[in-house]
Amino acid sequence: MLSDRDRIFTNLYGLHDWGLDGARARGDWDGTAAILARGPDAIVEEMKSSGLRGRGGAGFPTGMKWSFMPKQVGDRPHYLIVNADESEPGTCKDRDILRNDPHKLVEGCLIASFAMRAHACYIYIRGEFAAEAKRLQAAIDQAYAAGLIGRNACGSGWDFDLYLHRGAGAYICGEETALLESLEGKKGMPRLKPPFPAAVGLYGCPSTVNNVESIAVAPTILRRGPAWFSALGRPKNTGTKLFCISGHVNKPCNVEEELGIPLRELIDRYAGGVRGGWDNLLAVIPGGASVPVIPKSVCDTVLMDFDSLRDVRSGLGTAAVIVMDRSTDIIRAIARLSQFYKHESCGQCTPCREGTGWMMRVMNRMVQGRAEPEEIDTLEQVTRQVEGHTICALGDAAAWPIQGLIRHFRPVIEDRIAQYKAGRAARPLPLAAE
Amino acid sequence: MAEEIEQPVHFAFDAESEAEIATHLAKYPPGRQASAVIPLLYVVQAQMKRSTGSAWVPRVAMDAVAARLGMPPIRVYEVATFYLMFNTRPIGKFHLQVCTTTPCWLRGSDEVTAACRKATGIKAWGETSADGMFTMTEVECVGACVNAPILQVDDDFYEDMDAARTEALLAALRRGERPPAGSMAGRQGSAPEGGPTTLLEPTVAE
Repeated sequence: MLSDRDRIFTNLYGLHDWGLDGARARGDWDGTAAILARGPDAIVEEMKSSGLRGRGGAGFPTGMKWSFMPKQVGDRPHYLIVNADESEPGTCKDRDILRNDPHKLVEGCLIASFAMRAHACYIYIRGEFAAEAKRLQAAIDQAYAAGLIGRNACGSGWDFDLYLHRGAGAYICGEETALLESLEGKKGMPRLKPPFPAAVGLYGCPSTVNNVESIAVAPTILRRGPAWFSALGRPKNTGTKLFCISGHVNKPCNVEEELGIPLRELIDRYAGGVRGGWDNLLAVIPGGASVPVIPKSVCDTVLMDFDSLRDVRSGLGTAAVIVMDRSTDIIRAIARLSQFYKHESCGQCTPCREGTGWMMRVMNRMVQGRAEPEEIDTLEQVTRQVEGHTICALGDAAAWPIQGLIRHFRPVIEDRIAQYKAGRAARPLPLAAE
Repeated sequence: MAEEIEQPVHFAFDAESEAEIATHLAKYPPGRQASAVIPLLYVVQAQMKRSTGSAWVPRVAMDAVAARLGMPPIRVYEVATFYLMFNTRPIGKFHLQVCTTTPCWLRGSDEVTAACRKATGIKAWGETSADGMFTMTEVECVGACVNAPILQVDDDFYEDMDAARTEALLAALRRGERPPAGSMAGRQGSAPEGGPTTLLEPTVAE
């Protein structure tokens, strides 16, 4: 079990002062100038050796991502973009950082921007987080007033500007290139890659897009040392992570734990257990809506990290654990996610635009059982035609929950179809005159 | 659009809006002022709320944004219709946004929806109550899932809702009260019910 002393987000629940004085008392902004004095290359190396993998869902090594930025600033300025468009169903971890520990993020923005030779950073926050945006802006204003950012940030000689930009309700803007389009004042439609943002990003300039949590843990990693961070968790899955435990548990909550904690321990220790006891568990979506559902038999033993969950054909994603007990209509639970992806598809790629609507309509029929058994295979095949055939990963994200459902709960779908057919057979045909 | 709505013929930014616009434009490099299109549409929506009581973005205001930012009007129309949070038709005094995505659904968002319908008389998503007090919108995951289900009223998240809490909240809004946002079950943020089980060491907490 992770000790409180190894927790990074010590004001996760907002029990203490979120402002600069409180943040400083918790160790933020301590020796920031000395960290910057190590130089950009040393900072990137330390981030690499900490083993930190991006906390936005894909798990790409953060230090390596930073190293993709050009080593020299040419005629185009560099930008850091922080993705605070937290919208993956089940996920509400960045919200706690933004409202309760905003200075960890502000300090992280300075350090990461410096490491990538960027004098400006934009934080793109989802529009619905109005209160969080207000709080974060207040923290940014405090940091400017105290000389921690702005001209000669922290007395380091580095000029740094930090801007907050609000989105307006579009899940797709969490995709990094859609986010850049949106930040440029356009519809949030993902760009073809390559070129990658490190070469051609915001305003055509070298840019890196990082998740809030990835940036907010950086100052603590650099203060306490990469060896401290990499000693936590499991090999290639190092460090601590914010977990969001929602759904059918006795006490839903957010908690910071080590990567690799057993799923069962996470639920039992922190979320008061599954409603009705562990044996009442049906299934868990372990990493936000996009990752495939896993049944109880897998939940019994699986560890919560990138590689362990990939090995059971699911994923850690954003570490948003959605728990479903045996009372759940699992087909409807997944069908609702199909509706989500249909609503959020930007409409740019045909397989996604048409496929998400088609999959939603078939899933809605499956909820009723109003389908033929062969259609289960047709549905599965269509998910394969959407997956991997779109510019961004939204098509994949729409396909995977359905694939997980069919993989683990096919008999439930077949039963529902059989029940529907039996019900129709038993019902007398309505008379034409009625 | 299904039906024609009555569009105002004139829109001009007021002094409060002008001050906000200046702050937003200062964030973006020269020549990149199109970046401010979302911020300016928010400014419009807030001004409409102040001046008419309904938070929405009329067509003439989109044109005003386009003129201010040097963009073709169609680019502004595209943005205003792409992003869910801009209302392109008038809404009621209170915007009830019910999250019904799976994590909220698992915790009883159907009850919240039913309670909203019962209290407002609204039959279908997107409708405004006959008295003009409420508009109901089905929204996708608002990002507060460990406090599900969520009823978002305008910008405020009301969390850990159920039917009774929804009825009480709507009754309070009708009386002109604005209960503080957050957990209606009295939870501390995203901490588990009954209080945190981590971050208890005094050395950690200041």
